[in-house]
Amino acid sequence: MKPRDMALFALVALLIVGTGYLQSWNAALNILNMGLISAIMALGVNMQWGYAGLFNVGVMGFVALGGLGVVLVSMPPVGAAWSAGGMQVLFALAIGLGVIVGAIQLWRRMARGALRGVALVVWLVAGFFVFRAVFDPAVAAIEAVNPAATGYLGGLGLPVLFGWPVGALLAAGAAWVIGKTALGLRSDYLAIATLGIAEIVIAVLKNEEWLTRGVKNVIGIPRPVPYEVELQADPGFVERAAGLGLDPVTASTLYVKLLYAGLFAAVLIALIWLSQMALRSPWGRMMRAIRDNEVAAEAMGKDVKARHLQIFILGSAVCGLAGAMMITLDSQLTPASYQPLRFTFLVWVMVIVGGSGNNFGAVLGGFLIWFLWVQVEPFGAFLMEVMTSGMAADSALRAHLMDSVAHMRLLTMGVILLLVLRFSPRGLIPER
Amino acid sequence: MDVLNALVALANFVLIPATAYGAQLALGALGVTLIYGILRFSNFAHGDTMAFGTMVTILATWGLQSYGISLSPLPTALLALPVGIAVTALLLLGTDRVVYRFYREQKAKPVILVIVSMGVMFILNGLVRFIIGPDDHRFDDGVRFLIDARTFREMTGLAEGLAIRTSQAITIVTAVVVVALLFWFLNRTRTGKSMRAFSDNEDLALLSGINPERVVAITWIIVAALATTAGVLYGLDKSFKAFTYFQLLLPIFAAAIVGGLGNPLGAIAGGFLIAFSEVTITYAWKKVLTYLLPDGMAPDGLVQLLSTEYKFAVSFVILVIVLLFRPTGIFRGKSV
Repeated sequence: MKPRDMALFALVALLIVGTGYLQSWNAALNILNMGLISAIMALGVNMQWGYAGLFNVGVMGFVALGGLGVVLVSMPPVGAAWSAGGMQVLFALAIGLGVIVGAIQLWRRMARGALRGVALVVWLVAGFFVFRAVFDPAVAAIEAVNPAATGYLGGLGLPVLFGWPVGALLAAGAAWVIGKTALGLRSDYLAIATLGIAEIVIAVLKNEEWLTRGVKNVIGIPRPVPYEVELQADPGFVERAAGLGLDPVTASTLYVKLLYAGLFAAVLIALIWLSQMALRSPWGRMMRAIRDNEVAAEAMGKDVKARHLQIFILGSAVCGLAGAMMITLDSQLTPASYQPLRFTFLVWVMVIVGGSGNNFGAVLGGFLIWFLWVQVEPFGAFLMEVMTSGMAADSALRAHLMDSVAHMRLLTMGVILLLVLRFSPRGLIPER
Repeated sequence: MDVLNALVALANFVLIPATAYGAQLALGALGVTLIYGILRFSNFAHGDTMAFGTMVTILATWGLQSYGISLSPLPTALLALPVGIAVTALLLLGTDRVVYRFYREQKAKPVILVIVSMGVMFILNGLVRFIIGPDDHRFDDGVRFLIDARTFREMTGLAEGLAIRTSQAITIVTAVVVVALLFWFLNRTRTGKSMRAFSDNEDLALLSGINPERVVAITWIIVAALATTAGVLYGLDKSFKAFTYFQLLLPIFAAAIVGGLGNPLGAIAGGFLIAFSEVTITYAWKKVLTYLLPDGMAPDGLVQLLSTEYKFAVSFVILVIVLLFRPTGIFRGKSV
């Protein structure tokens, strides 16, 4: 890092500390925690785009899969639902997988011709109906088990931190499937394919109630840190808080957020270290060489497609990890809250603004853009208040403008992205 | 077995809605494919361009309505459509001047332009929500039905009703007119020919004295007309909501790619292919099958292959299948 980069990081730190002084320390720690998670997402996208030039606009899907991983690992299993149809659902999924593998084998083994096409279609249609015949009754049985409280299979009941690697693995698995089909095609096609898979992941999370409770949300996901109420009931903690001059309620919320920040910071630092090592190794140089000239790299005997698949899976796994951490922070999975503008395109703004190809740039972008995303709204409201102060208090235009302040952040993000692309296309901390 | 009733039910729930939806997707995909052919990038802001054009049209419709002007029995929005197209054209020409032209002169890589269009997408998205809000708006007035289900039943004596909504009829008629105009323009006029020449081979077109800035400007104007028309027709048929329009990006891109990016004919075919697959796969076939199958064999369930929430999955699967087996699309588009 150069002194200028240090100064930029110091500026972001100042912005967050300033929030603490001017607004509240809780708000500042909220920004810090989500900033840490955003930085990890940006690192993941930076691996794909910055190192390898892969255009992934399905970040939202991988983030959501990470969240699913946490639910599947940490929630207590629902025994009644498992006995009602758990095994049958697994069996149905196995059938589904078998049908797909069978279809691929059929396509590879049979001779070219019309017969092969017909056989493939017949196999797939028949397989689909068999799958549904096994799957549907099992799902109905599971969702009938106490729908208000559970209505799903639950998880494994393991400590929540195990959910993080599982979330990363789920995202990596999805990335493998997409990579196998869409990598090697044109870059725009990969973009559309990832955009599509993200929408499908969200649709699955919203609709497969047996798995995720759908729009009923999974709430009360176990936490890796103590609960505020427990801390407030602990006399030792109350005493220490009083020693710092804090009331126990504020002290407990700050303490919990600081613990989360510590956990996330540890993950972020480990990831930065790993990705810096990777980028500086021969592997990292090869990746950048492939990005800059695929033909030349291929001529040198590099397996471009395999390397692309590798980095695509790695980057997606990092996004999944960030998604798992976010669900742990929120303690709930709300499938309806995944919006592509917030979870895909905003991460892209972070990477581009921070500096694609530079890990520190991506991290800086993650913090800075997240700070702006949160703070543009109150600042815009203040600005609008000043601008419209000349208007009558009951003016309809004024009311409309004040109502619309919430949408200022989208506009601001677009303007920032375009300005950076135009005047500093390599980002705040450019690739070195 | 009752073939006639089955056919009517099929037309009512599958054929007519899918045709209207297909026409809307085709118009959207035509815009995407034109930008791809002439400007050589995938425009991620297209869904939001549609939303912007529709928003302007809605505002103009409200303005006309407040002066008591209406086009009854047709929706007033048709009268406001030219205003929407004009404002959208100005907006697109403005973004081209302020944003895209710089990168064109630099001969930036297509993927950079895609990222730039992401920035434009954010701005348009914010602008639309800022002006009209994120809520649902219905703006169709005039007569709702060309034929409603009850009249049809009384006319024919069949058990099934067939309803044709005015918006569906308008969609199909408008789409046919717009597509005919577009193809006449591209194939018969001098400007249209210069656009095709530019799309086929930029250097050769420049050598023969075609002014690239003029071609680009005309492309944006046509795209504004196509996007606004597609958006207004979709909004009349269903309803206007900024986020829905943003989500239309996926089926529209799927349609354009399936047909072959850069190929207008392919965009239309792709639009209908996607629309028909979406509607047939998410339709509950119980009713039609009950008429067709012998008594006592009627299905118990809904016979719905996929629930409607998975309609994006349908366009996606078709896209993947086409990309795997015919990477340049059904009609052999171009690849940059």
